[in-house]
Amino acid sequence: MTAASVAEPGGGSMLDTPPAPTGRPRGPLLRLWQQVKQAQGFSKWLLWVGAAITAVFVVLAVFAPLIAPYGFDQYMSHGVRFAKQGSPSGSHWFGTNVRSVDVMSVVIFGSRTAIEVVVLAVAFSLVIGVPLGMISGYYGGWLDRVLVLVMDALFAFPYLLLAIIIAFLLQNSVGSGVLTAAIAITVIYVPQYFRVVRGSVLSAREEPYVEAARALGARPRTIMGRYLFFNVIQSVPVIATLNAADAILTLAGLGFLGFGIQPTQAAEWGYELQRGVADMGAGLWWTSVFPGLAIVSLVTGLTLVGEGLNDVLNPVLRKRSGRRVLLPRREAAATTLPTRQAADGRGEQLS
Amino acid sequence: MASSGGSLRRYALTRLALVIPMVLILLTVVFLLMRVAPGDPIQAALGGKLSPEQLEAKRRAAGFTKPLLVQYGEYLKQVFTLNLGTAITDNQPISTVLKVNGAATLELSFTATLIALVIGVPIGLRAGRLRDSAFDAGGRLFGIITYAAPVFFVGLLFQLVFSKWLDWLPNSGQLSPIDQAELPAHTHLSVVDAIWDHNMSAFVDALKHLAMPSFTLGLLLCGVVIRLIRTNLIQTLKGDYVEAARARGVPEHKVVMRHAFRNALVPVVTVMGLQAALLLSGAVLTEETFNWPGIGNQLVTYLNNRDYTAVQGIITIFALAVVFISLLIDFVNAAIDPRVRY
Repeated sequence: MTAASVAEPGGGSMLDTPPAPTGRPRGPLLRLWQQVKQAQGFSKWLLWVGAAITAVFVVLAVFAPLIAPYGFDQYMSHGVRFAKQGSPSGSHWFGTNVRSVDVMSVVIFGSRTAIEVVVLAVAFSLVIGVPLGMISGYYGGWLDRVLVLVMDALFAFPYLLLAIIIAFLLQNSVGSGVLTAAIAITVIYVPQYFRVVRGSVLSAREEPYVEAARALGARPRTIMGRYLFFNVIQSVPVIATLNAADAILTLAGLGFLGFGIQPTQAAEWGYELQRGVADMGAGLWWTSVFPGLAIVSLVTGLTLVGEGLNDVLNPVLRKRSGRRVLLPRREAAATTLPTRQAADGRGEQLS
Repeated sequence: MASSGGSLRRYALTRLALVIPMVLILLTVVFLLMRVAPGDPIQAALGGKLSPEQLEAKRRAAGFTKPLLVQYGEYLKQVFTLNLGTAITDNQPISTVLKVNGAATLELSFTATLIALVIGVPIGLRAGRLRDSAFDAGGRLFGIITYAAPVFFVGLLFQLVFSKWLDWLPNSGQLSPIDQAELPAHTHLSVVDAIWDHNMSAFVDALKHLAMPSFTLGLLLCGVVIRLIRTNLIQTLKGDYVEAARARGVPEHKVVMRHAFRNALVPVVTVMGLQAALLLSGAVLTEETFNWPGIGNQLVTYLNNRDYTAVQGIITIFALAVVFISLLIDFVNAAIDPRVRY
């Protein structure tokens, strides 16, 4: 209060000047970063560990040819064929698989495939899902009703089956590479962005600032692009991160069932696990354990980032340093913030 | 909301009416997906095995020569009479596939859900109550890692440890060959069939076979359960009524169980219903890992054989199952919480 009045030039009365808007930076990314910086305790730990794990895989993906000892489908070197299903050794740290390919190289190149597919899939779903959600929520009417029904139907469908069918159908026309996998995964995630964005638009379009813009004669395009867009994409970073994690599992699932990326196209972890089923029965663990651990690590990393972001951005779960209300109880968990449960629709479940 | 019985009935009827367009859209999506498939299904499935004349006859018999709209009408009729046709490759009626393989999937999914709840609910409750404690952190990490580990990878690790190294459990399948041959199939649920026949050795055998697949799938769901219970309990624990209960001196465990947990259950039930899709997807992968004779396993076989009729039939069943489960969940919710009935 004193700080605000000191900053006030001319010493106007406190009644007619509203308190200075407390730190509302301009760009949405900047605002996101501000909130991330305020993360406390476990949330902070989640964010940074997750970011570190993810960063390792991004580095592996970008510099795969420099880091990997051999090519992703290389089965011989200097005219000598590698051992078939050779156990881990000095020359092949992770051993070799049934195709005599170095498992470590497959794991490293696999991260490149995974990240390519995930980046494509998340970008596609954003580009399709966000505008559809905005248009549907803003205009309403029969278009909205039809879109909601279709999206709900897609959302309810077992996602892996949907991806399998799409990948299966695209195999003949597009081929069985990165693009096919990305499209198959996109179809699964579009409904999620659609639902979240549409929900936010529904509540945001009744806000006074939107009405004011409309009264000034702004066209729907302007309203959506300038006034609604940044307000309704608040929860998108969390969903995008968690979806990226999920997409890696879906990609691996596709590969495991034999509808993913073929080994001639690129190295893919799920496919390696499928080939590993037979090896496992014979006790040859290295052909599948290393690719499997790679999946677990990358998905864990991305999920940690998503969970951390959710803690920081979700107004219901958010905890910040500041006023703590301690109830006169010995319960360890009795620290509560002034409740803002009904903050807004963004408190919804992310699962 | 004076007469709760009446409003519940009205809610049920509204909800049922909303299902019809949903089912129609799902069916249309399934139908269209299977028609945009390149090549003609009969050719894809049986090409090379039959003469052109035989292929033509098969094609006519299956109705693929008719106009698309007529085919669509026939497909809808098939679905509503619950007669989904016969697989092209092995001539099995889809209804038989549903009965035999569907039972195996049901057995697996049911046990897995049970395991997930038994492990997940207590961990989630404790984690939500002791928020930000070491236990909470551990529980969340456990939840994240079980979610992050693909079911088939967990399955493979189980196979390596419990089957290959320790030799405690069978590697794959639903029953040992001997029991498979001897046990009459009353319900196609191997555990139930064994009890039905008072066959002790088959019962143990069935349980042993069920252990690894159901635990694998259960772990996957367990992460979701922990996360859900935790988040919702944290939210309900912030409620005024919880504070009021504490102020009245209600013991903490009672506050958690009776005041907070009950109210946290509604969203949990809803989201668990949405997890039907996760469960079915996980079941496909688990079945493939353990060679469990479920419907997902069968679907992959038919896909590899390009048997479009069978694929269409199975996908239709999955779609109907998901709609049915979500409907059921909504009714359960409406019964638990009067606020849901609008």
